[in-house]
Amino acid sequence: MSKDAILGAIRRGLKRGPLPADQRAMLDGRLATHPRHLIPARSRLPRPEQVALFIRNVEKEFGTVERIPDLAGVPAAIADYLAAQNLPARLVMAPHPELEGIDWSARPMLVREARAARDGDLVSLQHAWAGVAETGTLFFPSDPVRPATLNLLPDTEIVLLRASRIVGAYEEAWDRLRAERQDPLSGGFMPRNLMLVTGPSRSADIEQTLELGAHGPRRLHILLVEDEKAPRMASPEQARAEAVSQPGGPAAPGD
Amino acid sequence: MVQITSPAFKRNAAEALDNAGLQKALGKAKGAFLQRRAAAVAALPEFEALRDIGRDIKNHTLANLDHYLEVYAANVERNGGVVHWCSTADEARAAVLEICRKAGARTVTKGKSMISEEIGVNDHLEAHGITPVETDLGEYIIQLRHEHPSHIIAPAFHLNREDWEADFRRAHTDLDPNRVFHERRDILTEARTRLRQKFLAADVGITGANFLIAETGSSVIVTNEGNGDLTQTLPRVHIALASIEKMVPTLEDATSLLRLLARSATGQDFSVYTTFSSGVRRQGDLDGPEEYHVVLIDNGRSNMIGTEFQEMLRCIRCAACMNHCPVYGAVGGHAYGWVYPGPMGSVLTPSLVGVDKAGHLPNASTFCGKCESVCPVKIPLPKLMRHWREREFERHLTPAGIRSNLGIWAWFAKRPSAYRLATRAAMGALSLLGRGKGAFRSLPLAGGWTEGRDLPAPEPGGTFMQRYAKTRGAGR
Repeated sequence: MSKDAILGAIRRGLKRGPLPADQRAMLDGRLATHPRHLIPARSRLPRPEQVALFIRNVEKEFGTVERIPDLAGVPAAIADYLAAQNLPARLVMAPHPELEGIDWSARPMLVREARAARDGDLVSLQHAWAGVAETGTLFFPSDPVRPATLNLLPDTEIVLLRASRIVGAYEEAWDRLRAERQDPLSGGFMPRNLMLVTGPSRSADIEQTLELGAHGPRRLHILLVEDEKAPRMASPEQARAEAVSQPGGPAAPGD
Repeated sequence: MVQITSPAFKRNAAEALDNAGLQKALGKAKGAFLQRRAAAVAALPEFEALRDIGRDIKNHTLANLDHYLEVYAANVERNGGVVHWCSTADEARAAVLEICRKAGARTVTKGKSMISEEIGVNDHLEAHGITPVETDLGEYIIQLRHEHPSHIIAPAFHLNREDWEADFRRAHTDLDPNRVFHERRDILTEARTRLRQKFLAADVGITGANFLIAETGSSVIVTNEGNGDLTQTLPRVHIALASIEKMVPTLEDATSLLRLLARSATGQDFSVYTTFSSGVRRQGDLDGPEEYHVVLIDNGRSNMIGTEFQEMLRCIRCAACMNHCPVYGAVGGHAYGWVYPGPMGSVLTPSLVGVDKAGHLPNASTFCGKCESVCPVKIPLPKLMRHWREREFERHLTPAGIRSNLGIWAWFAKRPSAYRLATRAAMGALSLLGRGKGAFRSLPLAGGWTEGRDLPAPEPGGTFMQRYAKTRGAGR
């Protein structure tokens, strides 16, 4: 069988047989503890600056961000954005309880359908699970209330993100994923599909020149809900000290 | 497998240098990748430290690859996926065809994948009545032109805007032949519209994989266009093609490598879409494939483990080495004659197809060392090319002329006094003959060398050794 042939060839190359039990246990231990490596310092900031870094990075990658005080502001923000972009007041929306719980009555002309995206949908409203300040990246784990096609088919993707869901580095998002999610099929924490999205779709395949809107959305617009109280930290120095002392700082790489 | 023309590298290179369109494209593109990478690296003070970490993660994984592959495969199955272990390109092609047949597939969309080029999936599917459609913008035009990619992350690196316009007019015959492409965006929009229908109609989607993650049984793709995501999300069946060295243990390991990948490749901090696929559509999901297959391919890699070429298996296919290579910059990717061009190709191609066919490639290097200095996982590419030159020599594959000249040189090199005598005589003669001319346009027995450049005439005053002896004497 090819499996045995491949594993056998690898072991011959490594000049050993199958790993002994104690070494396997050591590797499985590394998988279970998944040690962190060096995390760039750029995202270790006091809270308000971390959110500002997230916004700067989104804008650097041609996304747009609008800060709104609470969920009640969502319908007006969307209606005004669509009008400003000359887009019809119609969108396909993630069937997420937080989006469905919004009081949309303030903008009755805004047509909403909660479903997966189809060809011809111009605008989607998606729910972000987290944001990573390090590079302005959104996390979209697929599940029944967060269809992946909403990130792909429409020309314009509007994303709702709570400021409290912004973390500094990817590693913090992995830990949240491990802590918060349980997959119904595997029992693990990974969803079927996890998209990390940084800005709208683009291509530089024609003469190495960047053009936006290759196959995915041409526009990525984030509605950032300011759901955090006043800054937790008194001073930047204090925040940095706290960030450094948090668990999971730099660990030894590799083995 | 892709037809190999590496044995004709010298002729390929000469043709490439004479190809005006190619030279125009190379000239335009040359600076872009370099500047973008340099800016991204400068903005991340930890980049150098991350290179060491990337190297160590890959080394650790390769030293335990058998174990991680088994853990990975078990986790794919837990996610409802199937792993197809394939030793050879033949087995991998057969596995892909079998899956497509069972799915009753007529058209298959494809995300960009170099392993797919390596094993020749498209030709195999076409020969059996299934239509593969490349959806990466660069790969799409390459398929229209019946060519192969000339660069591992920018397949259409060798083309100019006029080529795009002409090919689109030729291929999209249902559109107005007199339509005007005002900007590059118009070309992009035409491809987007056309390919959208292909995404929706496809029965199977085939992608590659930048990483496989043992911890979660995930395959990871990194794209900017979103075509890979449409390819793997819309059809009922998703096939991920991956070679065995794509393995990493955990999400944290993948994360460190992802911090290196986009910066080294396109100079972005992070690519637009980094997507982790773990199995089949879950209960209640409104989209996603119902079948998930990983075609796990060896095709010669396991033979590299335990040899001096094992280090090449760290490669994460960022293309920084070719972007910084003066040889690639002069002749482009097609001259290399197989799937992988540039310095990484010059090491990998002889490993996978044999040094007898690809022996020219490790010789096509100025040994400037730039490739190694930009490699995100610190592969010593010049050293590995030198190993191939040594093997080529040992196996008597080096041409007779070069062998006999090297023999003559070695005889002198082992006898310093004879060497000095000979160089003193030669320099003296050349300096005498070249007096007033400054340089030689041609020399007897060295016509090949002087064809492309002049040899400066030596200044009077003796050889280096003579001057060195004199200076040391004077300094005392």
